[in-house]
Amino acid sequence: MSPILTISGLHKSFGELEVLKGIDLTMQRGDVVSLIGSSGSGKTTLLRCVNLLEDFEQGSIELAGEKIGYREDGAGQRRRLSEREVARQRAMTGMAFQQFNLFPHMTAIRNVMLGLIKTKKMPKDEARAVAEKWLERVGMAARSDHYPGQLSGGQQQRVAIARAIAMNPQIMLFDEVTSALDPELVAEVLAVVRDLAVDGMTMLLVTHEMRFARDVSTKVVFMHQGRIHEEGTPEEIFGAPKTERLQGFLANSEI
Amino acid sequence: MSLLDGLGDTILISVSSVVLGTILGVFVGLAMTYGQKWLRFIVRLYIDFLRGTPVFVLILACFYILSVVGVDLTAFQAGVLALTLFCSSHVGEIVRGALSAIAVGQTEAAKSIGLTFVQTFIYVLLPQALRQILPTWVNTATEIVKASTLLSIIGVVELLLATQQVISRTYLSLEFYLFAGFVYFLLNFVIEQAGRAVERRISIP
Ligand SMILES: Nc1ncnc2c1ncn2[C@@H]1O[C@H](COP(=O)(O)OP(=O)(O)O)[C@@H](O)[C@H]1O
Ligand SMILES: [Mg+2]
Repeated sequence: MSPILTISGLHKSFGELEVLKGIDLTMQRGDVVSLIGSSGSGKTTLLRCVNLLEDFEQGSIELAGEKIGYREDGAGQRRRLSEREVARQRAMTGMAFQQFNLFPHMTAIRNVMLGLIKTKKMPKDEARAVAEKWLERVGMAARSDHYPGQLSGGQQQRVAIARAIAMNPQIMLFDEVTSALDPELVAEVLAVVRDLAVDGMTMLLVTHEMRFARDVSTKVVFMHQGRIHEEGTPEEIFGAPKTERLQGFLANSEI
Repeated sequence: MSLLDGLGDTILISVSSVVLGTILGVFVGLAMTYGQKWLRFIVRLYIDFLRGTPVFVLILACFYILSVVGVDLTAFQAGVLALTLFCSSHVGEIVRGALSAIAVGQTEAAKSIGLTFVQTFIYVLLPQALRQILPTWVNTATEIVKASTLLSIIGVVELLLATQQVISRTYLSLEFYLFAGFVYFLLNFVIEQAGRAVERRISIP
């Protein structure tokens, strides 16, 4: 089976600061990969590169057999794809953000329908039906006509996940989707993510919830200072960490 | 009768200037927010120049200077042009402010569902920005109504000049000036109330 996502030799700098120093990562369809690591190690930046929200200087990202973000012109020069191409490729990945980022002037269902109508060119009725289905899946069907301001953080995050996943992406990216939530709201969001994982959704997620990462992941990747420092199955990473750094990191995390 | 004509002209001048000025102003605000450095620089000059010049002078300039360089506008057109430019500089400034106040996460969320820049602007950013600028924009609209009186100096028979003409026939200056003042007040009162009503209607829960 050919991989759904192949990241090779990815380098990314912000000015002088090199944040990703050569990342290689391969995912198969249905994989659930958790990125862990201390703050500033480059986890968010890696997700944002996959979602093409950041430029990157070196390396390549291949999604479902297609190189994304850049192409090589006749002279072998690396060139950013046109805005339209990039927009199309972005829709192949779904992203859930730490801060939800729902559109405050639209009801929950409108939030979900927007991409379906504008990007997927779905007729309104069909878009509404798809949106209803996903809101139902995340347990938000009863609130589909509420505005984000009328929802709790956990409810907003569930709508945001529905908005991303309704686009039928090849892979879902989750960036610490529970870290902006009050503790009592974390479980409802994790339950939704877990559900999607069980259903076979391909996911790359950044999380501080170690117990959760251990439960849902097929692979865990520990990042340190812009590199993959150690990777393995949840049992290997949490049960028998090899490097001192990872041991230190885990000792300081709640499990 | 001529008073009614004057009132009609005042309304027509104000509405066209506000509508055209707002459309132009949105582009000015866009250029200020997303433009390249050189474009932002030029647009900044445009805004500062127009905001720093008395409207009175703008009107004279549009009427006299343009005709010197061979662009022949009627007094009415020149007046509307001046007020449109004035309005666009104000709207440009408030649109820029509103756009830069929107969290960058909004744009990123829009991008991540595959919207292009133009779609992001139309469906995500503009509706939020417009809600935010509405109160200030209503203010600008009332300023334009007041500034429309200045068109009398280039001979546009709007409400003020029409009133003065009636007064010169009837010598009832106090009565007619009071009447004109009352009509201006009424116009702006209606604009403000309409603005509030719209604000309530589109406010986000
Ligand atoms: N837009 C940016 N401009 C400059 N530096 C940034 C930017 N975004 C992130 N960084 C830096 O990149 C490094 C990695 O950040 P990030 O990917 O957010 O780490 P993590 O998600 O693992 O906490 C940090 O040092 C951070 O300060
Ligand atoms: Mg992060």
